[in-house]
Amino acid sequence: MNAPSPRPRGWTLWLPLALFGGFVVLVLFGLFRPAGREVASAMIGKPLPAFELRAAVPDRPGLSSRDFRAGTGAGKPRLLNIFASWCIPCAVEAPQLEQLRAAGVEINGIAIRDRQEDVAAFLARNGNPFARIGADDLSAVQLGIGSSGVPETFVIDGKGVIRYQHIGEIRPDQVPLILEKLKEAKR
Amino acid sequence: MKRYLLLVLAFWAAPLAAQDSLPPAPYAYRQLDDPKLEAQAQELMETLRCLKCQSQSIADSDAPMAGDMRSQVRQRIAAGEDPEKIRAWLVERYGDYVSYSPRVTALTWPLFAVPLLLLVLAVLLLGRRLGGKGRS
Repeated sequence: MNAPSPRPRGWTLWLPLALFGGFVVLVLFGLFRPAGREVASAMIGKPLPAFELRAAVPDRPGLSSRDFRAGTGAGKPRLLNIFASWCIPCAVEAPQLEQLRAAGVEINGIAIRDRQEDVAAFLARNGNPFARIGADDLSAVQLGIGSSGVPETFVIDGKGVIRYQHIGEIRPDQVPLILEKLKEAKR
Repeated sequence: MKRYLLLVLAFWAAPLAAQDSLPPAPYAYRQLDDPKLEAQAQELMETLRCLKCQSQSIADSDAPMAGDMRSQVRQRIAAGEDPEKIRAWLVERYGDYVSYSPRVTALTWPLFAVPLLLLVLAVLLLGRRLGGKGRS
């Protein structure tokens, strides 16, 4: 019925198969390469958005974005630690935060979706390295700085600019890295 | 009897500090009163990625953080903010990753251009084939 179609000659016959093979390789590559599950903040290099949080516990003041530019440590880089009493890795990093505090670093905390008595119990159990702790009940500040989980630690320089984001708990071998990032933020 | 007792006790068990204990954000599970605004919010929430459970939209997810995002989206839409402005605000913080609605950028333009190119190529090729047949 059909008129015989002209046969493609030589290598052109294999071209569609080769293209398909290339596509399969590309898909397999994407399938087996471990995908990153971490979402990095796009706020690095940008100033901390303005916020004002009530105190999470009675014995520490609340936290506002202005606190990163003022006070006794004005002009010095500080850490902003996003944590929660219900977060298990947050307890794991507590000794490392204590180590950083002992090294003279000012650490400000933000407790995400937490009750006062739970935060107090968490700090009594794991130590309290924080100068100030704000309570973020609606994750509003967390969303504002591009943080997607707990714990996360941000290096904020003396001008209130976000310089570095550490995702996940700070492990013992990562303390020098954080100190290095703080030193970099001084420049 | 003991079996039943165990069964009852099993339902009593409290999950071990897996999630926070605060109630959900005000508009996490509450729709806006104005159906038109709620429809706008819903449309936006279905195209925003939950950052905790990354293959769900915030409209689908029960993660507390997704609830907080829904609440914020609804409140900002109720305050008269444009949905695309809210999306841009989130993209500024989390990158394109947070949005399920793809944008044409310097990196993604081939994704939009290649199908068009293939279509044009197919039309040209078919035209030549069919045209050639007619003549022969």
